[in-house]
Amino acid sequence: MDFLVFQYPMITVQACLDGILLGVLFALIAYGMALQWGVMNIINIAQGDLVILGGYIAYFMYLYGIHPAWGVIVAPVIMYFVGIAIYKLVINKVVDRDLFISILATFGISILFMQLMNFAFGADVVLANSGYGTTMLFDNNVVLPNSKIFSAFISILFAICLVIYMKKSKLGRAIRATAQNARAAKILGVDTEKVYAATFGINAALCGVAGALISITFTIHPYMGLPYTIRSFMIVIVAGLGNLPGVAMSGMGLGVFEEFADYILGTEFRIGSVFLLLVLILVYRRFKLSRKREYLK
Amino acid sequence: MNKNNLILYIGILIFGLAAPYVFPAFKVQLSILCILIVLAITWNIQGGEMGYNTFGNILFYGLGMYLCASVQVGMFFPLAEWTESGGEKTFVHTPAQFFQGMAMGLVVAAVVPTIVAGLIGYAILGLRGHYFAICTLGLGVAAGEISGGIEIIGAGQGFTTPPFPNVGSLEARGEFFYFLSFLVLILTFLAVKAIYSTRFKLILNAIRDNEDKAEAMGIETMKYKIIGWMISAFFCGLAGGIMGGLVGYIDSTDVAFDGREMGVFMVLMAILGGKGTLWGPVIGATVFHIFKEGFWTFFLGWQYVALGVLIVVIVIYFPEGIMGWLREKYPERFGEVVDEADRKAQVEIK
Repeated sequence: MDFLVFQYPMITVQACLDGILLGVLFALIAYGMALQWGVMNIINIAQGDLVILGGYIAYFMYLYGIHPAWGVIVAPVIMYFVGIAIYKLVINKVVDRDLFISILATFGISILFMQLMNFAFGADVVLANSGYGTTMLFDNNVVLPNSKIFSAFISILFAICLVIYMKKSKLGRAIRATAQNARAAKILGVDTEKVYAATFGINAALCGVAGALISITFTIHPYMGLPYTIRSFMIVIVAGLGNLPGVAMSGMGLGVFEEFADYILGTEFRIGSVFLLLVLILVYRRFKLSRKREYLK
Repeated sequence: MNKNNLILYIGILIFGLAAPYVFPAFKVQLSILCILIVLAITWNIQGGEMGYNTFGNILFYGLGMYLCASVQVGMFFPLAEWTESGGEKTFVHTPAQFFQGMAMGLVVAAVVPTIVAGLIGYAILGLRGHYFAICTLGLGVAAGEISGGIEIIGAGQGFTTPPFPNVGSLEARGEFFYFLSFLVLILTFLAVKAIYSTRFKLILNAIRDNEDKAEAMGIETMKYKIIGWMISAFFCGLAGGIMGGLVGYIDSTDVAFDGREMGVFMVLMAILGGKGTLWGPVIGATVFHIFKEGFWTFFLGWQYVALGVLIVVIVIYFPEGIMGWLREKYPERFGEVVDEADRKAQVEIK
C-alpha cells in the first residue's frame, strides 16, 4: 500500500500530535454538550453553530485590528448572553418535553443561525491570522503551528476553571443538584429556571471560546456547524455523561482518528468518516447491550 | 368505505388528473407536491405510527435518485464518460431509450433502497429514541459526504440526468413527470391505507406506545420494525428517482442527500399535518408546500431564516398538527364517542 502514512513514519507522529491538539478543542465543546444534556436533558443540534458564531466574533475582532486571541475573552461573554437569549426564547419551552422535540427545535435554531451568519458574514471560508508562527520538532520533520498549541493550552485552562467553578461556587452546586434531581432541587429552594438559563449560557460561552480558538487555528464557514455538533455528541456518548477524563480522552481519540482518516482516505471523506464513525459506535454499543437485552437509554 | 369518502376520493382523483391542464404553469410545482406528500406519508410510518423519529429516510431518497439516473444512463452509455462530460450532449437518449431506462431505473431505485433498509435495519432499529434520531441523522449526512467523493457518479460536480427526449410536444416533459409522480402518490397512498387497515398498523402502534410490553406480548418487534422501514424505503426510493429526473441535476449534498432541506421537510410536513394519521401528512405537505413556495418567491434569500423560525414555532406551539387540532375540536368526526355531560363539565372547569 502506498499510503503516505506508511511511507513516512514521521507523518504518523504529525497526525497524532495534530489530532491530540484538535481533540482538546472537541473535548471542550463536548463538555458543554454533556453539561446541558445532563442538567436539562436537551440535545442541542445548534451546538456547532454556536461554535461558529463564536469564531466569527474573534474573526471580526481580527478584521478591526484587535489581536484575535482576545476573542477568547470577548467571545464567551457575548455568547453567554446569546445563550441566555436562546434559552429564554426557545429552550425553556422544550426542557420538560420529549427529547425529539428538543432535537427538532434546536435543528430549527441551527438552520436559522446558519443562514443568518451566511447573510451577515458571507459564505467565504475565513481564518483569523494570529501570527504566532510555527514550532519545528524532530529535525524539522514535524511542523506544529504555535496557534494550535496555544488553543489546546487555553482549552485546558478553561476546562480546569470550569471544573473548579462547578465544584466550589454556589451556582455550580445548584447546577449539580439540578442535574441529580431537578424536583428535589426545586423543593430545596434552587431556582431551577435560573439554573437552566445559566447552564445554557455557560454552554454557549464554552462554544464561544472553542469557536474563537477554531477561528485562529483552523477555518470557519457558516455551514460548518453540524459536524461539530455530531463530534461532541459522539464524544459524550462514548465517554458518558459526567465523566470528564473520559470526555478529554475520547475527544483526543476522535481528533487522532480524524487526522488519520484525512491522510488515509483523503480530505474529501473526512467529514463523512466522522459521521460514519458515529453510526458505527452507536451500532456497536447497540449490539453489545442487546446481548444483555438492554438498549441505549 | 362510506359514500362521503368515495366522493372525496373521486374528487381528488379528478382534480389530480385535471390539474396539469387547469394550472399548466404549475406542473413542476404540482409534481414536487406529489413527491413531498409521498415523503411525508412514508416518514409518518416511522415517526408517526412506529414512534421512531428518523432523519434517515433521506438516505433512501438520495439512493433512489442516484440509482435511477445511473441505470438510465448506464444501460445505454458508459457511465464514467457521461459524468465526466458533465451534461455535454455527446450522448443523446432516443425516446425509447429514455423511457426504457426510466422504467428500469425506477425499478432499481425502488428495490435497492428496500434491500438496503432491510440490511441496515437490524443494526439501526435496535437503537431507540434520540439515539435513533441522531444515528439516522449521521447516516444521511455521511451518505451525502461519501457520495460527494465518488468519481463515477460525478463527485463534487454533480450528475446531470438524461434530458427529456424530443417527442414533439413542449408540454410533454412536465406532463410526463407530473403523471408519474401522481401515480406514485396514488400507489403510496393506497398501499399505506391498505396497510393501516391491517393488524400491522396495530403492531406498529404497540411498538410506539410500549415496545417492551409489545415484545412481552409475543410480537417480534424487530421484524415489524424492519418491514415498516422497508416499505418506507421502497416509496422513498421511487420518489427520489422521479425527483432526480424532474430536477435534471443531482448534487450529493444539495439535491440527493439533502438532510438540511428535504430531510427536515419530511419531518416537518408530517408533524404539521398531524403525526400518526393517514391524512395528516397529505394535508401537512400541501399546506407546507404552498407556504414554502409563497415564502420562497416573496422573501427570496430569507427562506432558510423563515424555515428555521417555522420549525421552532411548529415544534413548540403546534406539535399535534392540523389533524390533532381538528380532532380536539370535532371529536365526533373521528369516531370518538363524546359524552355531552362530560364535555359541559369540562367547559365549566375551563
